[in-house]
Amino acid sequence: MTVEKMILACLTTNPRKAPTGLAVFHCDSKEEMEAIGATLEAVLDGIAHLISEEIMIIVRH
Amino acid sequence: MSVYIYPVLFGIFCGLFTRLIMLRTDYRQYPTYLHGKIVHISLGFIAAVLGSVAVPALIEENITAVTFLTVAASQFREVRNMERNTLKQMDGYELVSRGDTYIEGIALAFESRNYLVIFTSLLTTIAFIFTDIIISLAVMVVCIVIARAMMDGGKIKDICEIEYVKPRFDGAGLYVDNIYIMNIGLPKRQEEILKYGMGFILKPKNFNAMTTIANLGQRQAILYDLSTSLGIFRDSGTPALAPLAKRDLEDGRVGIFVLPQNRDIERAIEIIGNTPTLENAIRLPSKRKKNEGGMGNDG
Repeated sequence: MTVEKMILACLTTNPRKAPTGLAVFHCDSKEEMEAIGATLEAVLDGIAHLISEEIMIIVRH
Repeated sequence: MSVYIYPVLFGIFCGLFTRLIMLRTDYRQYPTYLHGKIVHISLGFIAAVLGSVAVPALIEENITAVTFLTVAASQFREVRNMERNTLKQMDGYELVSRGDTYIEGIALAFESRNYLVIFTSLLTTIAFIFTDIIISLAVMVVCIVIARAMMDGGKIKDICEIEYVKPRFDGAGLYVDNIYIMNIGLPKRQEEILKYGMGFILKPKNFNAMTTIANLGQRQAILYDLSTSLGIFRDSGTPALAPLAKRDLEDGRVGIFVLPQNRDIERAIEIIGNTPTLENAIRLPSKRKKNEGGMGNDG
């Protein structure tokens, strides 16, 4: 089986909404979430998708 | 000296000349200069020889010699496999890939060009043996015209209207007109996309066109041609800047999103319009008979 898409990491400013089963980065502010998201996007070769104001995921397409 | 030497030489010349005319290195940079060309010219020469010598062999009632043509056919099929494998390997290193449908189309074209060379050599040799040089030259010209006509397929501008639309964001969603392209989470990436991005809408002229441009391979071919001609604002490790083509499910329009280095709108529309409609992508649902039931009769 080939996995075409995969969530590589999750960034959140709200710990209550953090998912389980993958790497979660807890951020203090939206600015910090965007900064870490930019770094992870480059490192992981993925795309940062904003799911809500509090959750961002890095997905490998 | 055999009486067939001049007809055979003439047939080989005509076949090779036809192959050279069909061997164009265009914006896709394929075949590559120079070694790729040598491979195809050599195969064209072999095809021309086979087409030419088949005629004297038949006249001399050497029927078994014609079986050489079947050897040629399997050889040219091998050419198709070679082209397919080469292009697939190269595709992995492209910033925007051609896609398998485009590659299959190119490989098929290379095989079919050799058959056209065989037919040209065959007909010109027949003309030379049974008529004179003037008629033989006329046959050559007709063969070249037919070969060119058969190699020039349809283009996107024949089946679609193309319109420029500036990409926009609605929250994190990237849109071209009302067609959703993708979710871009980082404001920095959104700024880059708004600064460098271009959007186009392909509006199909009929139902057949709608089905053709829905093909993923056809859409990838458009993106590839556009990126090759205008350059691409991206590097490895920046998948968010990859060009995309998405379909409006309501009316079959396709939204194209690209980040070219040369943002000339008129030129981009011209390039999209000149993208070939791929043989493997063409669908003609309107040709289906109204009274045809069941699974249809393919093949």
